[in-house]
Amino acid sequence: MSELALGAGRPAAGASPPVALAASGLGKRYRRRWALSDCTLTIPAGRVVGLVGPNGAGKTTLLHLAVGLLAPTSGTISVFGTRPAAGPQQLRRVGFVAQDAPVYRSLPVAAHLRMAAALNPGWDGELASRRITRLGLDPRARAGRLSGGQRAQLALTLAIAKRPDLLILDEPVAGLDPLARAEFLESVHELAAERATTVVLSSHLVADLERICDYLILLVASRVRLAGQIGALLASHHQLSGPSADPARPIPHSEVIAAAHSGARTTLLVRADDPVLEPGWTRYPVRLDDLVVAYMSQAAGARAAGGRATGAAGSGMPR
Amino acid sequence: MIAAGWLRSRAQTAAAAFVIAVVAVIAAVTGPGLVRLYRAAVAGCASRGNCQAAMAALATQDGSLRMWLGVLVVIAPAIIGMFWGAPLVASELEDGTFRLAWTQSVTRTRWLAVRAGVAGLASLAAAGLLSLVVTWWASPLDRAGPSRFATFDQRDIVPIGYAALAFALGVLAGAVIRRTLPAMAVTLVAFVAARMAVTYWVRPRVLSPLVLIRPVNVAGYGSGGFLPFPTASPSLQFQPPDLPSAWVTSTDIVDKSGRGLPAAELARFCPGLGQGGSGHGFGHTRAPASAGRALQECGARLGALYHEAVSYQPASRYWPLQWYELAIFLAAALVLGGLALWRVRHVS
Repeated sequence: MSELALGAGRPAAGASPPVALAASGLGKRYRRRWALSDCTLTIPAGRVVGLVGPNGAGKTTLLHLAVGLLAPTSGTISVFGTRPAAGPQQLRRVGFVAQDAPVYRSLPVAAHLRMAAALNPGWDGELASRRITRLGLDPRARAGRLSGGQRAQLALTLAIAKRPDLLILDEPVAGLDPLARAEFLESVHELAAERATTVVLSSHLVADLERICDYLILLVASRVRLAGQIGALLASHHQLSGPSADPARPIPHSEVIAAAHSGARTTLLVRADDPVLEPGWTRYPVRLDDLVVAYMSQAAGARAAGGRATGAAGSGMPR
Repeated sequence: MIAAGWLRSRAQTAAAAFVIAVVAVIAAVTGPGLVRLYRAAVAGCASRGNCQAAMAALATQDGSLRMWLGVLVVIAPAIIGMFWGAPLVASELEDGTFRLAWTQSVTRTRWLAVRAGVAGLASLAAAGLLSLVVTWWASPLDRAGPSRFATFDQRDIVPIGYAALAFALGVLAGAVIRRTLPAMAVTLVAFVAARMAVTYWVRPRVLSPLVLIRPVNVAGYGSGGFLPFPTASPSLQFQPPDLPSAWVTSTDIVDKSGRGLPAAELARFCPGLGQGGSGHGFGHTRAPASAGRALQECGARLGALYHEAVSYQPASRYWPLQWYELAIFLAAALVLGGLALWRVRHVS
């Protein structure tokens, strides 16, 4: 499966794009439980990457390994070619907003900025105070008094003003109301547009990611099930509708990801560059969230059915 | 980085500064009076020839304030360890802010070294200042009192060492337990245990005591122990030796070869010891005259074969012992601090 994922992200020209993050056989065990196991993936630099997956897929563990808060139990991970948190130079290049945007509740906003200024040599104080002003945050307000959206924005400001090359956001909008969510994503989008910052954003809500991401990685049970530029992914997947008389009939040069039958009609989600349709079949464009759900269910089905089904799913892969 | 460390320790620094300021005001108001009293007593008693009595009277001056300030100096390190040391790492882990702190452009080893360095030095300064103020305030009373060793752990430089150990214990407990409240409790228990171990076991042995040999001089006897747990065998009580300002660590009956007196031997020399006392009521009751005579006779019999060996630390060793104890606690604090660094590096 990972082979497919790596292939999907590779441009047609053949030259490898610069890599922001590379993991190989990466695993993390807590006492007896593996939170992440044998995870292999590559995140290209210069993109806004959405990392999606069901709860427990290992997204947070992967991101914590990427910022060096966790050390791997097995395998390797590198960010810009170096072990995460290897030293101050490496830490400088990576900005991180953890889940629930932790800040010091008893410290005022201004103190957070001063502290971050003291801790980060590349600190952009002007950018930070401009953002705080624009967001309407009172510098004297204690962080514990801020709303969830304001706290997330404060945490994002701390991460952005560090001027990182890679910005990692773990479920940044999970607890926010729709307006705060939109504003937060807008901030991330602006940053990514202004600079060549690579952004990795995890969420289990595809709609949030679709708004700002141009690259998607689907992680299910530590495995990359799907990875690639969102435009390319949408172009290579199709929703097909046709008669249900013979659901097993193959569509040439395509892989069926999901199938649904209702009455006399069958709906298929297939992966194919240019599907040749039998008479009676109609093609619809596919939506990103449908695509993600289809791959998630496929993975869940494969897991439920054991190794045999996994092999079957793999056999239909285009080469 | 140091500025960042300060920001997170402001509340504790302010609290410590407040307590020290209050104590300093109390000392400034009442201290000069004590100095005048002491000077007057010294000047007056020489002409009247009653210096011992005058000093004894002066030593009880402001007794409760002296006690409470002493208590404050004794508990201050424990409070520093619990409220300054224990939350340092534990609160970051508990509130999840370690994910903010450890992803700045500073390695977490350096983060802890600076955070603990700043807060640790501040706590040492707080304990040192508090001890300095109290030591100055109580110095006339301490000079008038019988022995400076009585207030050994409430004065001068040892409180700095205690604060260092308590702080390091707190940081380490917080890093290992990862929760503030349990870390505070563990810090308190471990600190009290360390203090008791040093006070009763290490301090008397740091410098081998001087030994004063003198004839058996029995003042009384007792069965020893606390009331609910009386020890089985009675022991003799001795007249206090005339060693002004010294710290008497033990008084033993030994024979010429330095062998101690076994309980069975004592019972043979002094039959009837521990029997036939008043045997009723609480507290002390006056023993009958016959018991006193029997005791003197028993002392005389013992004296033919045995003598008293009084182990003590002379007054001149007060400062060496202060330095040794400070060094022991500082060294232990450094070791624990190193462990905390190692632990934080491997937290995941």
